[in-house]
Amino acid sequence: MESFSLILAIVVITALAFDFTNGFHDTANAMATTISTGALKPKVAVAMSAALNLVGAFLSVEVANTISKGLVDETGIRPEVIFAALVGAILWNLVTWLVGLPSSSSHALMGGLIGAAIASAGFGAVHGGVLVTKVLLPAVAAPVVAGLAAMVSTRLSYTIGRKSDGKAAEKGHRAGQIASAGLVSLAHGTNDAQKTMGVITLALIAGGAIAPGSNPPTWVILSAGLAIALGTYIGGWRIIRTMGKGLTDLQPQQGFAAQTSAATAILASSHLGFSLSTTHVVSGSVMGAGLGRKGGVVRWSTATRMAVAWVLTLPAAALVGAGAELVTGLGDWGTALVAAFLVASSAVIYKLSRREVVDHTNVNGDEEPAGVVTQAIAAVTPPPASPVAAEPAAAPEPFAAQAAESPAVPAAEDLAAAFPAQATAPAVPAAPAVPAVQAADPAPTAAQAVPPAATV
Amino acid sequence: MKIDWAALGSVIGVSLAVTVGLVALFTLGIAGLSRRERAVAEGHGGGALAVTGAYVCFAACAAAVAYGIHLIMAKG
Repeated sequence: MESFSLILAIVVITALAFDFTNGFHDTANAMATTISTGALKPKVAVAMSAALNLVGAFLSVEVANTISKGLVDETGIRPEVIFAALVGAILWNLVTWLVGLPSSSSHALMGGLIGAAIASAGFGAVHGGVLVTKVLLPAVAAPVVAGLAAMVSTRLSYTIGRKSDGKAAEKGHRAGQIASAGLVSLAHGTNDAQKTMGVITLALIAGGAIAPGSNPPTWVILSAGLAIALGTYIGGWRIIRTMGKGLTDLQPQQGFAAQTSAATAILASSHLGFSLSTTHVVSGSVMGAGLGRKGGVVRWSTATRMAVAWVLTLPAAALVGAGAELVTGLGDWGTALVAAFLVASSAVIYKLSRREVVDHTNVNGDEEPAGVVTQAIAAVTPPPASPVAAEPAAAPEPFAAQAAESPAVPAAEDLAAAFPAQATAPAVPAAPAVPAVQAADPAPTAAQAVPPAATV
Repeated sequence: MKIDWAALGSVIGVSLAVTVGLVALFTLGIAGLSRRERAVAEGHGGGALAVTGAYVCFAACAAAVAYGIHLIMAKG
């Protein structure tokens, strides 16, 4: 660790923080169906997933530079650019977690990287063709592939298993689900922990701490694996609830079909060189399984919101990344400002999440999970009020204090509108948006936040 | 910009075939076990064939899982 500068240390810590959010964001992919069908107790499920993620991180030692390689021009990438990209990715991950929407952590990271690269080196730094083939096309293909497979196999399993309803069948489906969920966790560990390792290694190379072309040092592998495992164990219960209960009601057969289809699609695609996002695959397979059962329903409103979040992931993370990069370009104090902003807004988001706690005790509860999502997203998706609301955040503000405070507030207000409404008046989900905002926060900006939130 | 349709197509084909095949096998195995459960419950023996078939099915599934783990590890 020769010449380990301060900025490098910051980048490494931020990368590990991203890895952590990645872990708790994606617990749902592996474990949501297992938890909602009751195959595993929530705590046991996340513990198992965390352990397998950790194991997965060590399985493969090759640097997964997939994220940085090809998508942006690596020549001349400074640690600050990577830092800005990570800020965009982390914030988007936290916002989508708050509203309980599964969205691709990889897309968030790529979006952040693209935005930061553009802000730093202009539009020439991004390869448009790679963007389409590596990001857009897989994003559309993944849910279709996994959904189709899950639908057909669910139908088949109900036909073949018509007469299987005893204890043996119950135990069998449990075991099958656990096995396929384990595979998904393992694959996730190798893929996503690797991405963070790749990013840290890239930063170390860019900062001159290690020679170009070297493998990630052991401490990088170890810390990335631990960060993702810890995140997984903490569990993104909000997202698990949406994935396991919000999209459709899953029975054990469906859970098994969905998880098997997800595991197969992930392994097949990464083996055949056409990488699909774990999140998109699992969402698709859960919907497919919902459609495959006679009388099964998919809540298309939830599915639509998810799709909107997917579309927004890349541009939103890119905007934050670009803004962050512009600010860090102002000098060391700019970098410090962005770091302070990241910490402050993370704290605000965490605080908002405590207003309506979702954890292992109520993850399977039915108290209008759709309601939470509906309202939260109502505040978040409409174009002007949106995740992009976090973006002006990053726009270069001349005054430090101003920049650190103002961005967090509008986003916070929007989101605040969603949760108190849920908590105070679950029976009338839509109505109390306005009073809720007023009750929630008498801060001066609250008044400005009301119109967008209320008109939605 | 070149879209790798062949890779996309094979991912779709393989995922569909493998998933449906695995789920079918597994469900057959469960159906076998259930049949034996019923046979035992009704007091007459038998069902040995069903159980054997079930374990063959499960063994095939386990092999598929092992292959999956192999794929994950081989990627490095």
